Amino acid sequence: MTVETILFYVFGILAVVSALGMVLNTRNTVASAMSLVVTMVSLGAIYLLLEAYLVAVIQIMVYGGAIVVLFLFVVMLLNLSTDEFPPGRQRLIKFAFVIAGVVILAQVLIALERDPLLAAQPAAVPNGFGGYRQVAASLYTDYVLLVEMASLLLLAAIVGALILAKRKID
Amino acid sequence: MPVEAIVKVLFMFAVMVIGLAPIITWVERKQSAVMQDRIGANRADLAGITLIGLLHPAADVIKLITKEDVVPAGANRVMHMLSPVIAAVPALIAFAVIPFGGVYQFGDTTLNLVGADIDWGLLYIFAIGSIATYGTVIAGWSSNNNWSMLGGLRASAQMISYEVTMGLTVVGIFMVFQTLRLSDMALAQDSSFRLLGFLAPYLGNDGGVIGWLIEHVRIPGWGLVYQPLGFLMFLTAIMAENKRPPFDIPEGESEIIAGYFLEYSGMRFGLFYMSEFIEIIVIAALTATIFLGGWAVPWFSTDDIIGGISSLFGLGFATGLCILIHFLTFMLKVVFMIWLQMLLRWSLPRFRYDQVMSLCWKILLPLSIANIFVTGLVLLWVKG
Repeated sequence: MTVETILFYVFGILAVVSALGMVLNTRNTVASAMSLVVTMVSLGAIYLLLEAYLVAVIQIMVYGGAIVVLFLFVVMLLNLSTDEFPPGRQRLIKFAFVIAGVVILAQVLIALERDPLLAAQPAAVPNGFGGYRQVAASLYTDYVLLVEMASLLLLAAIVGALILAKRKID
Repeated sequence: MPVEAIVKVLFMFAVMVIGLAPIITWVERKQSAVMQDRIGANRADLAGITLIGLLHPAADVIKLITKEDVVPAGANRVMHMLSPVIAAVPALIAFAVIPFGGVYQFGDTTLNLVGADIDWGLLYIFAIGSIATYGTVIAGWSSNNNWSMLGGLRASAQMISYEVTMGLTVVGIFMVFQTLRLSDMALAQDSSFRLLGFLAPYLGNDGGVIGWLIEHVRIPGWGLVYQPLGFLMFLTAIMAENKRPPFDIPEGESEIIAGYFLEYSGMRFGLFYMSEFIEIIVIAALTATIFLGGWAVPWFSTDDIIGGISSLFGLGFATGLCILIHFLTFMLKVVFMIWLQMLLRWSLPRFRYDQVMSLCWKILLPLSIANIFVTGLVLLWVKG
């Protein structure tokens, strides 16, 4: 086993366990959010092992850093106590998620068995693959229309949020 | 290869964290004392020897270790124990990508004095910096104290805001140096350019005084010269990330007692304290590398130094001496940046919460975007 394989299993198990911890822990919302951070960072480490450096850094910076901090901000402001969720609903939520997880796992296993290419040796990555230069070059040449559309969408969302907030202040 | 990287990281760690961090706690006390016309820490002594107060860091550590570690009732124990670690680790691992010397040739072997020479070095710093936010936020939440909670909320808002701005303030420098690799940035600054070079096509090299001036009035090609506004904004943003005065909103001693680490005692409190000081060193090293030329000696490039010395003592000795000169230059710049941060910390009054936020979103953010546009236009004009 190479170092990469060992690291993959370490971070893979960490990602799965913390993801389960996030979903199954309905009692402590902040602990759930922190499990989500561990999941995001482990996913970032797996991207690193796949030599997708920019995606890995953005995964950690945007998802692990910024977005979950905003989740935490809201959760801390709401200050949910442990008895906010009735136990019956908790059990139902857990049951639903376990069922969904089992179904998805079964699908993945079936897909792996049907298509052995998925488990085969990957092709060698081209030089400079996954770096910021390659990503930027393809974003601003091949996919420039999509980038502009996405930025327009975000602008519309910002303006919408401003209008909603301002109506409340006025 | 891994052994070499480990040795370099350990060296950086020994110099920066074990060597420099305790000293700057002493520097902070002494510098504030000088600025406020006091004597400062001078009582800790070993058999009567005080070493002008240099024993105080050791006394502090002994005190913090032997203190009782109080966890408040109703606190989330696991989170309360973890958060000082989450706050300290990112500051410690940032040193891995900061170069403390250039690339040198010893015969066939190449020596590259940076722990991990990765292509996305600056992004790595930003990524781990964004994780450091959790240390303060979770510390505030897990303490089960309203003041701590307020401190944690303030920390999350402040740090997220300034992270966005900090990323945008250095985009100008990416554009100038065309790289995110910190060692390449330092290498690009290992040069100087002619200040009056734009006159050369009109006046020509006439061999007279004007020609000599055009050729010899040079300024080092540091990031500070290319991006003066970027330097000021980056320093402001990254100092706000460190949460020390004048940006100590999450701590807010006069408002929320000690904010997020109010309920911490003993070495856990010490860990928060130390991570702030280590962050000062990270900020100093990072600013020195990006804007002050890193290890580069102003006006004397690596080739100048090695060439000058090797004609007298031989190439191997010259390269060794050059490494030493570069490392000392880097340390000098780091110490200067630490001094500057201390000076700012003890001279400026602290901001109010709304002032910190409006400085970030209404001044720094628009200015940094304008900086990117102007840099782009100038680059287009210069490079055609």
